[in-house]
Amino acid sequence: MADLTHLISEAQSDFASSATMNDLEVAKAKYLGKTGLLTEALKGLGKLSNEDRPAAGAAINVVKQGVESALSARREALLNAEQAKQLAQESIDVTLPARAQSQGGLHPVTLTLQRIEQLFHSIGFEVATGPEIETDFYNFTALNIPEDHPARAMHDTFYIDEANVLRTHTSPVQVRYMENALKTNKTPPLKIIAPGRVYRVDSDATHSPMFHQVEGLWVDEDISFANLKGVVQDFLQKFFERDDLTVRFRPSFFPFTEPSAEMDMSWNGGWLEIGGCGMVHPEVFKHVNIDSEKYRGFAFGLGVERLTMLRYGVNDLRHFFNNDLRFLSQFR
Amino acid sequence: MQFSENWLRSLVNTDLDSQALSHALTMAGLEVEDMQSVAAPFSKVVVAKILSAEKHPDADRLQVCKVDVGLDEPLQIVCGASNARAGLIAPCAMVGAELPGISIKQAKVRGVESFGMMCSTKELGLRELGISAEATGLLELDSNAVVGQSIRDYLDLDDNLLTLKLTPNRSDCLSITGIARDVAAITGAETRFEAVLAVPADLKAIKNVIVSESAACPRYCGRLISGVNAKAITPDWMVKRIERSGLRSISAIVDVTNYVLLQLGQPMHAFDAAKLKGDITVRFAIENESLSLLNDQTVQLKTDDLIIADASGALALAGIMGGKPTSVDDATTNIFLESAFFPPSVIAGKARRLGLSTDSSYRFERGVDFGNTKNAIEYATKLILQICGGQAGEVTEVLSALPVRHPVKLRMTRLISVLGIPFEQVKVAQLLTQLGFVFTEADSEFTVIPPSYRFDISIEEDLIEEIARLHGYDHIPATAPVANLQMLPAPEARRYQNKLRDGLAALGYQEVVNYSFVDESWERDLLGNTSPIKLKNPIASNLSVMRTSLWGGLLDTLTYNLNRKQERAFLFEVGAVYHQQNNEYVETMLISGLAHGSTKPEQWAADSADIDFFEVKAHVDRLLGTQATYEQVTYEKAEHIALHPGQTARILQEGETIGWLGKLHPKWQQHYGLTRSTYLFELDVDAISGRKIPVYQEVSKLLPVRRDLAVVLDENIAVSEVFNAIKKANIPLILEVALFDLYQGQGVAENKKSLALSVLMHDTQKTLTDSDADTTITNLLQLLQNNFGATLRN
Repeated sequence: MADLTHLISEAQSDFASSATMNDLEVAKAKYLGKTGLLTEALKGLGKLSNEDRPAAGAAINVVKQGVESALSARREALLNAEQAKQLAQESIDVTLPARAQSQGGLHPVTLTLQRIEQLFHSIGFEVATGPEIETDFYNFTALNIPEDHPARAMHDTFYIDEANVLRTHTSPVQVRYMENALKTNKTPPLKIIAPGRVYRVDSDATHSPMFHQVEGLWVDEDISFANLKGVVQDFLQKFFERDDLTVRFRPSFFPFTEPSAEMDMSWNGGWLEIGGCGMVHPEVFKHVNIDSEKYRGFAFGLGVERLTMLRYGVNDLRHFFNNDLRFLSQFR
Repeated sequence: MQFSENWLRSLVNTDLDSQALSHALTMAGLEVEDMQSVAAPFSKVVVAKILSAEKHPDADRLQVCKVDVGLDEPLQIVCGASNARAGLIAPCAMVGAELPGISIKQAKVRGVESFGMMCSTKELGLRELGISAEATGLLELDSNAVVGQSIRDYLDLDDNLLTLKLTPNRSDCLSITGIARDVAAITGAETRFEAVLAVPADLKAIKNVIVSESAACPRYCGRLISGVNAKAITPDWMVKRIERSGLRSISAIVDVTNYVLLQLGQPMHAFDAAKLKGDITVRFAIENESLSLLNDQTVQLKTDDLIIADASGALALAGIMGGKPTSVDDATTNIFLESAFFPPSVIAGKARRLGLSTDSSYRFERGVDFGNTKNAIEYATKLILQICGGQAGEVTEVLSALPVRHPVKLRMTRLISVLGIPFEQVKVAQLLTQLGFVFTEADSEFTVIPPSYRFDISIEEDLIEEIARLHGYDHIPATAPVANLQMLPAPEARRYQNKLRDGLAALGYQEVVNYSFVDESWERDLLGNTSPIKLKNPIASNLSVMRTSLWGGLLDTLTYNLNRKQERAFLFEVGAVYHQQNNEYVETMLISGLAHGSTKPEQWAADSADIDFFEVKAHVDRLLGTQATYEQVTYEKAEHIALHPGQTARILQEGETIGWLGKLHPKWQQHYGLTRSTYLFELDVDAISGRKIPVYQEVSKLLPVRRDLAVVLDENIAVSEVFNAIKKANIPLILEVALFDLYQGQGVAENKKSLALSVLMHDTQKTLTDSDADTTITNLLQLLQNNFGATLRN
């Protein structure tokens, strides 16, 4: 039999020139198909003598294995090339912007209220609420501001009718809460904050007819004026995340607290007024049947817009109620 | 309360400088709101006399003056003021003087040497002094002014105007005397009060005074003074003090009453005695009694207005304002002077009712020292005699029960526990002494009799506050409270407002805050509410009623932002709405949203289709939380005046309306000029604040089987009814039925619709067989046929 070894290199060459899987199949047939060269050669073995047949068969098989190995190598190469092509086709510009979703967010006053609630919650204050259309009684009388008291002139009040006003402060919530606590047999310690909208007949660059306050109240057996200062200072330091903030109290007058103080906060070398506070007035305790000999309490009111302006550097109160999305979207 | 610092210093001997004094007042509760110097800082300006004034050789408007400044030789000064003339006494800034913005140097003015400058008020930076001065001309000084004297001394310009923002409890500080007293209390300084002596009566005549309402006027002092010169000139020092307190100098007699008011805090009134008929009576007015007041206003009185009257009727509103007809004028020669005490409760609110607020009513409403009524009239008499001459009569005093100052206890233990700082008894005694309070001391306890000028000391806390403010709030440390630790409840079945807010923000909605009062037309037109709660005194007509919906504000915010080039807006607000029900005001917290524009922001990667009903409904479902999936909440086709009649859903919870969802009515869309569709929703916050705490259900180890079927039914049948019926029937093995397609059109008869349903079935006990599934589907189909006439779609 003739030596067929040369077929390996011929097949390699034929396979290499096959650019597609189809071409490769055609080329394969030339060697390994039904009438392929090697198939024919194997058929020819039958004509050989018994002595010559094993050696010749072995030689053909060596060639066949060589051809098959060349075939599978080429097959894999073509497959890889095809995959690479597909991957290349599937390539994208990953730097394109994402498929945008709507961006929402909270009002900056809400952000401040949430922080206030969170901070006071961490020392055991619960949130209490009360109505915004408030009776004259709760807004004034129960807070030791009787009718015709000059202190009423300090509140530019919106009136609904003879007996009802838009609350001018969140302090009435104190009274409502204490009254309710008594009814449900809840005894001090009472620790609440009461955030909400309040109203004053006043509108200019630095006053809004509607704004937000947070009232705080802590009633217990051994609560002092020094504690009030401590809690307010702790709050301000945590709220502004500045340990160097100090609080200054100045004597003031609110009919529902005594001693009363204006709270100033140290800020950029000066002092900024941030609210009023004091020890709960015995008259207020009397209204809600809490024994002022046994219990003492402090109360404070903070201006939420003021804190928000300082926290985020907002320079105009009016932004808060214009609701310009270019302003609001800065707080996301 | 505005006043001159020098006046205060004349009554109290403090060595604090102006800044320190101001700070001390503020830190003791008398807030100094403003402090301004009377004049700008300047030097080398003296009283000068123009000896001669000649026309400048080369300038029409200038004069060359010879000016005596008290030196050996007169100075030559070129002056352009039109009132410069020989004999005029005016301020002169000499060479080397530093005026606000100018340094005075020797100079040639149009060729003539000038050695100084004659000055106007403006050049000296003088604030209102009320000295007769033409604004543009030289400041003309009195002819008796001493030439050469420093103008600062002559006009008392080294002085500050202090303005106190007094709290209503501190009526005792509505006078220079009161402030001086408090400065002494704060600093321990000594007061220099002049002893007031009774003026001897040279006049026999007296006026009879009948106080018919002694409770309303426990003390009345009156006195006749005859032969006064009402045209007398008020002395400069008095004018200066009055004007530096923010009042105008009017006439000598009125000036004296105002001066006494300012110095002692006692409102006074002078009647022209010649215009009085018969006895003076203090009584309440008769209903509708008329009185013509000093300010030319005529008022109709009520029966609780206290008045001073004579035989002819009302003369003055007690403690508020005098009457016009009996007021003093230039021709007055005899006066009747009044100094009285009216308790705050008698005066409070009366002035305001008449639209008045006077220096007198302001003080009486807060409390006037009833121990000083007679002193004040003696002091005023002395000043009137000094300035206007005349003879004073005897003081007629009608005295009844004055307010009683009850003793107030102050316990050391209470003081220490309220303030939270240690205190020594001796220190407290010292502070009480500084305050001038009369007290007795026992072991750990004081008993204090409050003085007649303090109307704010009646309980222990009042004294604690006094001690605290004198000790200094600054000296009270910030101390953390010591308290028992106890955790707060954390109800898991409650969804807080903040959670709802966060949910909407995550869906792309921006929170806004709108006013709670709105334009009445929003309520009427947009919401059909013809009787909203009205404010009696709105700040503006478009903010006059309380809102019953947040939509007006959201639409307003939308147009505000569209006008600022925003293309789309997803907005929400959480806030109260206000209703009146059976004479009660009811507030409901709502969470409301608005979606306008495309579903997604304009971009390369998504189309810009407008948002539709079902997308917004998904947002509402998200807000509802688990309630939506537990099907406690249902949607029902309904109508709302603000919404598109075909795209409105009422949201119900167990039959109660808890909200709305819909497309803005096209007429409103047009009204607001909106080119793209707008969806609105609102939900009652309380109603959606609940959530179910999860309860574990067995998870089947066996896989569910899915079968799909399409049924055809009448197009008017609400899909929710179909699902409710399936749920109610509770067909065995059915786990879940879902709608995966809705079709109308070719292949489905007119007025019919095809629903494609996927049905998941399972059995927790065994593997489901085909025949089990077939039976279940047959049951389901049977149900739909029976209830809705549905047929299987081919």
